[in-house]
Amino acid sequence: MTELNELTLAEARDGLKAKTFSARELTQAHITAVEKARALNAYLLETPERALAMAEVSDAKIARGEGRPLEGLPLGIKDLFCTHGVVTTAGSKILEGFEPHYESAVTHNLWRDGAVMLGKLNLDEFAMGSSNETSAYGNVISPWRRRENGALSETPIVPGGSSGGSAAAVAARLCLGATATDTGGSIRQPAAFTGTVGIKPTYGRCSRWGTVAFASSLDQAGPIARTVRDCAILLGSMAGPDARDTTCADLPVPDFEAAVSRGVKGLTIGIPKEYRVEGMPAEIQKLWDEGARWLEAAGARIVEISLPHTRYALPAYYIVAPAEASSNLARYDGVRYGLRVPGKDIAGMYENTRAAGFGREVKRRIMIGTYVLSAGYYDAYYVRAQKIRTLIKRDFEQAYAAGVDAILTPATPSSAFGIGEKASADPVEMYLNDVFTVTVNMAGLPGIAVPAGLDAQGLPLGLQLIGRPFDEETLFATAQVIEEAAGRTKLPGAWWA
Amino acid sequence: MNAPVNPKKLIKGGLHDWEVVIGMEIHAQVTSRSKLFSGASTAFGAEPNDNVSLVDAAMPGMLPVINEECVAQAVRTGLGLKAKINLRSVFDRKNYFYPDLPQGYQISQYKDPIVGEGEVLVDLPDGESITVGIERLHLEQDAGKSLHDQNPTQSFVDLNRSGVALMEIVSRPDLRSSEEARAYVTKLRTILRYLGTCDGDMEKGSLRADVNVSVRKPGDPLGTRCEIKNVNSIRFIGQAIETEARRQIAIIEDGGTIDQETRLFDPGKGETRSMRSKEEAHDYRYFPDPDLLPLEFDQAYVDRLAEGLPELPDAKKARFVSAFGLSAYDAGVLVAERASADYYEAVARGRDGKAAANWVINELFGRLNKEGKGIEETPVSADQLGEVVDLIGEGVISGKIAKDLFEIVWTEGGSPREIVETRGMKQVTDTGAIEAAVDEIIAKNPDKVAQAKEKPTLLGWFVGQTMKATGGKANPAAVNALLKAKLGIA
Repeated sequence: MTELNELTLAEARDGLKAKTFSARELTQAHITAVEKARALNAYLLETPERALAMAEVSDAKIARGEGRPLEGLPLGIKDLFCTHGVVTTAGSKILEGFEPHYESAVTHNLWRDGAVMLGKLNLDEFAMGSSNETSAYGNVISPWRRRENGALSETPIVPGGSSGGSAAAVAARLCLGATATDTGGSIRQPAAFTGTVGIKPTYGRCSRWGTVAFASSLDQAGPIARTVRDCAILLGSMAGPDARDTTCADLPVPDFEAAVSRGVKGLTIGIPKEYRVEGMPAEIQKLWDEGARWLEAAGARIVEISLPHTRYALPAYYIVAPAEASSNLARYDGVRYGLRVPGKDIAGMYENTRAAGFGREVKRRIMIGTYVLSAGYYDAYYVRAQKIRTLIKRDFEQAYAAGVDAILTPATPSSAFGIGEKASADPVEMYLNDVFTVTVNMAGLPGIAVPAGLDAQGLPLGLQLIGRPFDEETLFATAQVIEEAAGRTKLPGAWWA
Repeated sequence: MNAPVNPKKLIKGGLHDWEVVIGMEIHAQVTSRSKLFSGASTAFGAEPNDNVSLVDAAMPGMLPVINEECVAQAVRTGLGLKAKINLRSVFDRKNYFYPDLPQGYQISQYKDPIVGEGEVLVDLPDGESITVGIERLHLEQDAGKSLHDQNPTQSFVDLNRSGVALMEIVSRPDLRSSEEARAYVTKLRTILRYLGTCDGDMEKGSLRADVNVSVRKPGDPLGTRCEIKNVNSIRFIGQAIETEARRQIAIIEDGGTIDQETRLFDPGKGETRSMRSKEEAHDYRYFPDPDLLPLEFDQAYVDRLAEGLPELPDAKKARFVSAFGLSAYDAGVLVAERASADYYEAVARGRDGKAAANWVINELFGRLNKEGKGIEETPVSADQLGEVVDLIGEGVISGKIAKDLFEIVWTEGGSPREIVETRGMKQVTDTGAIEAAVDEIIAKNPDKVAQAKEKPTLLGWFVGQTMKATGGKANPAAVNALLKAKLGIA
């Protein structure tokens, strides 16, 4: 029999409903897997007792025939979501030991629907990073390994970031699905690096209330799971209106799972020529072409489109996001909660606290953000970046107005790299990981990353689909076609256990 | 800005006269049950940190949600200032670090405020009026309060005020003396209190002023200004301006120049002192708050609020002048507080408006002032005072007796008409009784009678004697007429 943690979320759901196994058994299988996988450093905090208690409630509900949509399904929670009474660190020393007295809207929705919390997942500090190497609690190691000369390499690989813990945990079967957040690619890039599916829904689809903010106008929560269907199920619970977040859309949540099997017949899929960036590996181009062919074979029409302002997206993103971050992170001042390092006066306390509490990448972004907002530079940087943002948005609007239903691009410009390989390089090289994903955040659109194959080293590669605002359904339908055509990527074995 | 210079307003320097130019930023706490972006209470006087929500404490992941009542209050205020209401405005973050500023930024409005240009008509004590331009009004969050006196080595922070809604009302530099500045704040406070958008309680900090002061020789361009922060009484505003203007004049007359800076007024020492220079000024790094959408409403919303506005002091004053025949001064005194105006109207309704005004202003306000009471605490109701005025009008009592009657009503209460009845305070209009008294006085004072023929002003002495003899109840007109006839005074 398959280990229970090997099941997809949908399979586990159906098994629980059919009483093939109990929520307690399902949860225990995951707890055991999590304990064996500590070498991956995916979980910052394991909450097995809470998980079992929740599973017992689920078993009782199932026994009474009162099962809710996610009844008894064990999930991992990115440690950016505040969880009531459970330490929430955002991957930062400055929030070490911080125990919120409130539950984020997204996790609240998951518990409302019966899900079980296994623990809190590692991430880049304040979600700033593309490799999980900026976490104050050590990097996550991907369950994937390169294949060299027919054998698995010992070189540890990054799981991507910032939702690296989420992606690694899902890939390594340490949870059925995980919450994640995406400000510039933090769901889609790690999903692509780990052969998992991740969707960043439309800005405003999920409430941001209770999720530690990085860049408020770009941050959006979404799930990472092992299949398109699993993502659709999870997003259906995570999403929904919330009066506590005025940027959260007051729209009903569609039946995302129903959309998964819709197919792509009659859809028009755009291929943006500007995404053929210089230096892109041939393997990625090949995979991209193959993706288009799969969709075409399933009945979609493929058209080339132009998104002319794409090349300005990354520089503009690295102005807007740090600007907002520099302000959002001002509250971590040692006065009310989190780390406090005493100083000779109040300014000294601030300086000591923030110097000790924030890591290099966070400090770098606070400084960039402070700079671009400062007097004399605001118009030259922030205002211009906002103008570019408007133009990027208009590029997409024009493509959709011309009849395009979704846009197909590579998810990342490369497969996952080794730990340390880029950490010491020019930070811009790390930022380039986001080149295909940031446009989507800048325009507030939904984007999904779906595994499409392995590269020559045996590492996963993903494709990205970008949709119209609040049309995640088309993304699920289209991604499902790719998932079926590509076949689900298979991990090279649980070397860590 | 270059209106004709009024020589009376100039300040005498050692070398020549100086004109002081003042503009003000008034921070008025919005009257609302909950804070600008959170549901926490705004009640004054709670224990420290009792009225603090997760949003006010800037816990991670907390988001602001605009309080619609505060928006309505700002629009009402804008309408009261005859100002342009902006149907679209934007909330910005003003970034700086301070322990009582939990977010590390204040949510304010920078480039696109909710209210644009307006004006305030200000009456001055000499009867003149000036129009003061309003540049803008915007909504913003208040900060918390640092407590430095609770512990020898630490400061504590009380966040009860953190997030309370303030309206910052920015005037143009249209004021030319401390007296004008005081009158402006007084008038603005009156308007806010009429509107019910700010209680104007300066002792509780509901109204604070940042005062921009510069001086120049009449006709010159504007001088360099200094901003005096957070002055919290109308009297101190006047003193701070006088002090600061004289400091600047002394520097310039000594050949120095004024540095643009932020200063604090110390009422105890009677001086302003530097808080931070222009170089030390914060770079607030304003940018639109990405947690909040632009604030948008339609004209119909504004119109509905306009319909619900009360009559404002200027309109009320004009109506009191035209409907009750009051002097502009008396009308101005009566409308200074909405409660006073309401009281007066209740007294004046169906009566002689001028007589009612005299009684309200001279007797009632005089007595209230003496006892340090507000109109809300008056022991004499408008009905009671109205009855007193009626009794005079009907000739039942004299003005002099009326004052005694007012005193009785003030201390003992009761119906004035019954008091007059039961205590025999009715005016004697019976000429026979008065004549008897007059005759007796004339008979007893032949010498005075003789003198009165030479010196008619002695009539007053006779009137006094007669009133004394009749216990003050004789009708003064009847006494006068009788005495004149009997003494042979023309």
